[in-house]
Formats: sequence, C-alpha cells, structure tokens
Amino acid sequence: MNRFLRSCLTSPWFLPLVFGLAGLLVWEIGLLVINPDGFVLPRPTEILSELQANWDEISQASRNTGFIIVSSLFGGVILGVVAALIVTRFRSANEMITPLAVAVNAIPIVALAPIFNNWLGLTSPRSNQAVVVLLVFFPVFINTSRGLTNVDPNQIELMRSLASKPWTIIRRVRIPSALPFFFTALKLVSSLCVVGAIVVEYFGGRQDSLGSKITTYAGFTQYDAAWAAVLAGSLMGIALYALASLAERLAMPWATRQS
Amino acid sequence: MTETTKDPTSQSQGAVDILDLNKIFLPGNASQVIALTDINLSIAPRSFTTLIGPSGCGKSTLLRLIAGLIEPTEGSVTVNGKTANRARQDRDYGMAFQTASLFDWRTVRKNIELPLELLGWSRADRRKRTEEMLELVQLSEFVNSYPRELSGGMQQRVAIARALAFRPSLLLMDEPFGALDEMTREHMQTELLRMWQETGTTVIFITHSISEAVFLSTQVCVMSPRPGQITAKVDVDLGERTEETRDRDDFFDYIVQVREALRS
Ligand SMILES: Nc1ncnc2c1ncn2[C@@H]1O[C@H](COP(=O)(O)OP(=O)(O)O)[C@@H](O)[C@H]1O
Ligand SMILES: [Mg+2]
Repeated sequence: MNRFLRSCLTSPWFLPLVFGLAGLLVWEIGLLVINPDGFVLPRPTEILSELQANWDEISQASRNTGFIIVSSLFGGVILGVVAALIVTRFRSANEMITPLAVAVNAIPIVALAPIFNNWLGLTSPRSNQAVVVLLVFFPVFINTSRGLTNVDPNQIELMRSLASKPWTIIRRVRIPSALPFFFTALKLVSSLCVVGAIVVEYFGGRQDSLGSKITTYAGFTQYDAAWAAVLAGSLMGIALYALASLAERLAMPWATRQS
Repeated sequence: MTETTKDPTSQSQGAVDILDLNKIFLPGNASQVIALTDINLSIAPRSFTTLIGPSGCGKSTLLRLIAGLIEPTEGSVTVNGKTANRARQDRDYGMAFQTASLFDWRTVRKNIELPLELLGWSRADRRKRTEEMLELVQLSEFVNSYPRELSGGMQQRVAIARALAFRPSLLLMDEPFGALDEMTREHMQTELLRMWQETGTTVIFITHSISEAVFLSTQVCVMSPRPGQITAKVDVDLGERTEETRDRDDFFDYIVQVREALRS
C-alpha cells in the first residue's frame, strides 16, 4: 500500500492531476461566489449535468466527429510518413519538396474548409476528412523527413562501410533516428486534429457532429450545453494525446527507460 | 561456416597499397579543394600505422579513400589485393570514429551484433561472438544497457568492439580517442594494443597526439596541409609496449623525431 502510494506520488501524472483538480475547484467555488447566475461561464458541475441531459445527442455527435478525427488522423499520418520516406530516398525530391511543404504548411488550412465544402459537398463528411487529413499531413511529413535526414553522418558511413544498400540504411538507421521527430509530430497532430475537425464542422459537414452541435447550442443561447460538447471534444483530444504518448514510450524504450 | 576471418599473410602484397593518389573535391568547380596529392603508401599486414598532421590536411579523406567510401581522382588504392570498393563490398575492414556513433535504440549487445546481422550470421553465432567481444573490451556486465547509460569511454569501447566483432583483417580508426580525457585515453591505448596483438589485425589510426602516435604505432605517417601530402614516414621500433614505455628515452627520441617532421 505504501509502495502504491509512493508510486502515485512520484508518477508524472500526479502534479498535473492535482493542479487540474484544484483549478476545477477554484473555478467552481469562484463562480459560485462572484457570478452565481452563471450566464457568462458555467460551473464545472453545470457543464457535467448538461452533458448528462444531452447525452444522446452529444454522444452521437462525438461518435461522428470521432470517426472523422480518427480516420483522418490515420490517413494523414500514413500519407505523411510514406511521403517522407519517398522524399528521403531520393535526395533531389527532398530538396525540391520539403521547402515547398514548409511553405504550404504556413497556409491556415482550416480556413480552406469552405472551399473544400464547395468541392466535395457541403454536408458530406468527405470535405471535413480532406481538411483534417491535410492538417495532419504537413506536420507529420515535415518532422518525419527532417528526422530521416537528421542522422549522424558517421552512422551512415559505418553502414556503407558494411556494404549496406540505401533501403537497409533507411530501415536500420534513418527510421529509428526519426522516431523522436515523428512522435513529436504525432503528439502535436493528435490534439490539432480534434481542434481542426470541430472547427471545420462549424462550416459544414454532417448536422449531428460536435462542431455543428456547438454552433447550434450557442445559437440558441444554450451555452452550458455548448460547453458540454466542448468538453466531449476535449476528452477526445486528451485521449488521443495519451495514446500517442503511450505509443511513443512503447516504440522508444531506450529514450524513457530509467537506469 | 559464417566465419569471415581473413588471413592477411596469405596475400602477397601489403594490406593496403596506395599508388600515386590524388584527390580533388569538386574538380573543375570554382570551389574545388585539392585534398591530397602524390600519396604513396604501403601498409604491411598486422602493422599499426598512424596518420598524424594538422586539421584539414586530408587524414579523414585518406581513410575514407582506403575504406572505398569515396573514389580517388587519380591513382589507385588496393586493399587486400582488391580495389578499395571491392574490399568494402567484401566487408574486409571495420571502422570507428571520434564519436562512438552507437545506435541509441540498440542495446550494447545489439550494437555489437549489427555488423554480424548484416553479414547474415546466425543468432547463436552472433551471441557467442558478442560475449567474446564484450570480454575483450571488459564491458560484459553492460550487455543489456543502452548507449546513453554508458560513459564516453565505455561507448568508445563498444564502438571498437563493434568494429572488431566480425574479425576484419583491417581496422580503420578516425581519431577514436579524440574526445576522451587523458586518463581514459591512455587506458584505451593500452587496451587497443592488447586487442591488436590478440587479433592480429592491421590498424590504420588517425590522431592529433604525437605521443599517442608513437606509443601505438609501428609506422607514423606525418602529413602536411595545402595540398595534403605525406611528408615523412617514421618507423617506430619500441618492442612490446607497457606503461613504462612512456618513460623510456627512445620513446622520447621518437616523439622528437615526429615533432620535427611535423614542423618542417
Ligand atoms: N566532401 C567534401 N567536399 C569538399 N571538400 C572536402 C570534403 N571532405 C573534405 N574536404 C576538404 O578536404 C580537406 C581535408 O579534409 P579532411 O580529410 O577532413 O582533413 P582532416 O581529417 O585531416 O582534418 C579539407 O580542406 C576539407 O575541407
Ligand atoms: Mg578528420
């Protein structure tokens, strides 16, 4: 029991958890004192009860939005990694494409949502997916290709001295060296894609999605319910980030193992 | 047999023969660099040759030419009677650098096993050889550690074990002890000499340190920059090296000889 307690206290989750709970408490009590009507900002308990009251709607919307998020996350990550591998294999392609990608990445991709709606249909989830895939693609592509090229040149010479072919070097040296870069991007896009998917839903897509629920609730001044839908989105973002961190730990035991 | 040991004495010629070698980077280009000119060098099997000279005089370039990693502009490099590139394809040599350049994601064992994996050795053979190599560099208890859990000197020893694991007939080392402190460095020199004697490998070794060159080698090649040339070759005959060798008069005589060659 003592050991369990100690491992809880030293866990990296402990402080953020305590801090977060304390923050919620301050939020709750502070609003009770200064603004008991709760028109501007609802209290956490009010948000929770709204979540319960609108559970059917919000959970259905979360499933729909969640599907777009997860499918686009997978699609964008796979495309980003494959593109990075191809571009790394052919150096001239790398020199042409990577600066271009950095420039394109500076475009506010979410702002393209209305244009994609025009191309792929206002109520079709395809256009939402396309925007989120793009949103995920660029950070993954840029980081991964940077990781694949940012390798100790001596390690490459060593592999060449052992008569390794380019693909062998990519597989055994470049890919493992790129993992920290890749996971940095993965953790970034795991939250980014939730924000992106919801914002894109403000402009179009299915009617029973989190984004469109938030705009509808807010439009009918049901702010507590809007907050409940935002909460659902936040939980998805946190869950995805946690999954990405877990994958990072599992994939790179050498980086996290305590000696 | 997965054994790739090669017997250098079976070759009629030297372990390495370099003939009238020139190396120009970006020839014809405005920014061309004449890295090496008129290099002639013959390295006997089982000898220990050091290349010494100021930064930029082309030591690493010469080593990479011997390794077949780059091609000469003119002249030829022969390793074990073959072209340098052929010798590279045949994995005739092992290599170590100033940075240990271990693979962070591989344990000590997996780092040493890497060349053996590339050579297609069976798991059992790889394990057996790795245990032997770890004993040689005295790191057996760290077999399952990751590189970042080791000190710089220990990492360098793993890198040397990796270079020697498949018993190449030739070992190429580019300032391998350059980043180590004086104490560790002297210890590593003694260990390297022990391994050299135990394995009968031909060693080509780059250093900035005159005493290191004299202590280790049977032949010191003194190089000068712009253009990179071998200006003197000093044969060193100190017999078996021990810690006392460093205090002997003939050791100092060789140091003076190399220092003067470097000045001229
Ligand atoms: N790939 C390359 N391209 C152009 N110049 C190079 C290249 N490699 C080395 N050089 C030049 O060749 C000269 C010798 O370099 P190097 O062999 O690394 O010297 P050292 O190892 O003796 O310090 C230097 O002037 C260096 O700038
Ligand atoms: Mg050098």
